[in-house]
Amino acid sequence: MARTVYQEVTPTPAIWMIAILMGAFVAAAGVSVLYIEHNGHIVTGMNNQIVWGLPHVFAIFLIVAASGALNVASIASVFGKIENKPMARYSGLLSIALLLGGLAVLVLDLGRPDRLIIAMTQYNFKSIFAWNMLLYNGFFVIVGTYIYVQMARGMSEKVIKIVGTAAFVWRLALTTGTGSIFGWLVARSGYDAAIMAPMFIVMSFSFGLAFFILVLGSTFPLTGRFLGDNLIKRLGRLLGVFAAAVLYFTAIRHLSNLYATEHHDFERFILMGDTIFTPLFWIGQVLIGGLIPVAMLLRKAEKTTKMQVMIASILIVIGGFAQLYGIVIGGQAFPLEIFPGYDVTSAFYDGTINSYTPTIYELALGLGGVALAVLVAGVGVVALRILPMTLCDEEIDPTAPDF
Amino acid sequence: MKLPALKTMAKVPDQINRRDFLKSGGAAVTLTLAPGITVMAFGGEASAAANPATRWGLLIDVNKCAKDCDACVTGCSVENGWKMGGNPETDAQWIRKVDLTNKQTGREVSMPMMCQHCEEPPCVDVCPTGASFKRADGIVLVDKHTCIGCRYCMMACPFKARSFIHEDLEDQKSYAPRGKGTVESCTLCVHRVDEGGIPACVEACDATGHGAMMFGDLKDPTSDIAIALASYASVGLRDDLRLNTGVRYSNL
Repeated sequence: MARTVYQEVTPTPAIWMIAILMGAFVAAAGVSVLYIEHNGHIVTGMNNQIVWGLPHVFAIFLIVAASGALNVASIASVFGKIENKPMARYSGLLSIALLLGGLAVLVLDLGRPDRLIIAMTQYNFKSIFAWNMLLYNGFFVIVGTYIYVQMARGMSEKVIKIVGTAAFVWRLALTTGTGSIFGWLVARSGYDAAIMAPMFIVMSFSFGLAFFILVLGSTFPLTGRFLGDNLIKRLGRLLGVFAAAVLYFTAIRHLSNLYATEHHDFERFILMGDTIFTPLFWIGQVLIGGLIPVAMLLRKAEKTTKMQVMIASILIVIGGFAQLYGIVIGGQAFPLEIFPGYDVTSAFYDGTINSYTPTIYELALGLGGVALAVLVAGVGVVALRILPMTLCDEEIDPTAPDF
Repeated sequence: MKLPALKTMAKVPDQINRRDFLKSGGAAVTLTLAPGITVMAFGGEASAAANPATRWGLLIDVNKCAKDCDACVTGCSVENGWKMGGNPETDAQWIRKVDLTNKQTGREVSMPMMCQHCEEPPCVDVCPTGASFKRADGIVLVDKHTCIGCRYCMMACPFKARSFIHEDLEDQKSYAPRGKGTVESCTLCVHRVDEGGIPACVEACDATGHGAMMFGDLKDPTSDIAIALASYASVGLRDDLRLNTGVRYSNL
């Protein structure tokens, strides 16, 4: 394998255009936040029934994808796949950028974002939210260190492997924490399942890699650098396995619920109801985000094209949003079972399917988080030697691909 | 403005020791943020006023609760300064009436629902900053100065007992502080209880003559509520979760 040369990206007019566009999205998110904070959450679609809305779907997607985007680096440093090594710095940078974008959305949706300092200084250690604050902040430090040791001159491979392993373990803990936000909610039929944590880890593998492939596939042509076909195909095969694993975990989650009579109403609501959540599950998550991309990615490798891998990645991102919308909003839309065996009515929406219509402000905030992630990643590759000059197959892996 | 909780604290300093005070969620806030300066609302002082030898609770006799009566809701609303403002999806409801029909037998009942003041409150478990806290006497409160408005407690509460304040507020009561962007729920009229009174909902129910709500110290075997609980069958909502709610229902 030839020595990899990393070089800062020189901004082209196309890159400037993208930066300005992303900046506009971030600015729109900023305006939305000020508007929401001034008027209160009354101007959003969220209410006392659906307390977490579209911003949380975006935030959790970005946070989950962040830990998954680190996979490419982990596979190189921890599992010794040298062909992934040239992408390891970018993998680390992207994971930090995604986490930053996700946390920005989460924090700016708080009822009192001005009190963030309280969340940073006072911890209730029985709260998985509090643990997540530490896990998120620690992620920045560890992955930042990971990028540094990769970039520092003369750093031994052993050190890189140790730091890379720490980052890998940390990201597993981080996604466990994110999944447990829902898994540990004992009172709601849609949550309260230990499988949430491992399912979120597998989701992060899938969404993060899909996002990484999309950014890699679009960044390289923009910067005039070459990306090998076999490299993308190999990442695509891995993505196919991850997407299939998400389907498996999803099936187990619902089959477990179907076994327990107490969860039948919730499963009927999700799997065969007349709300948005049923088509979102079957068409959005299972078909578009699961079966189609898995079929595209796991068929004969020699027939798969770079474009197909990119399209499959887009489908997996769409399916990921559908899945998280179903988990976050669907889980709240289903009424709390406070009185088993009774039909219940009240002036506070007891016993009814709760409705939610997101507003433009929530969408702007969520998209602003994605734009912020892209912007941070962009600034990173312009300012630092993150991107290799080439990722052509002959340079990084002269052997025949082992699909 | 001086909070009533401060007065209460001044009245009962001998009932708490330093350890109890430090054990209270709000005490840590006082130490961290403002030693010597009181910025609390339902924080250290309200917590410190609590007597660990008591556990305040309610017993609601569902048979005595009239379907068309919402005196308890009105009483709470007037006392604590929250009101339905025409946005039912976002308006606060510290207490609500629920109408139940047994799916098997068709029996219909009506009853009030509010924070159940659990012994093991999920809202307290999940709160990242400790703003949701339980006093030593079992009253579950929100410290309005450390609530960041994340709404995780609303996700965790099995009883849908909490509301998020979605818009600007007017005409607040000094003893029931509220704030846009924070979460709130029934305080069991802690400001009255600390002065030796009873919650406004119970008072309002008594005034109608229904007498469906009983308030008292669950730990005092001589109290009316403890005697009633020992004599008649009652249930806590979602008893399967083993939260040991401070509010119990009979004839449900």
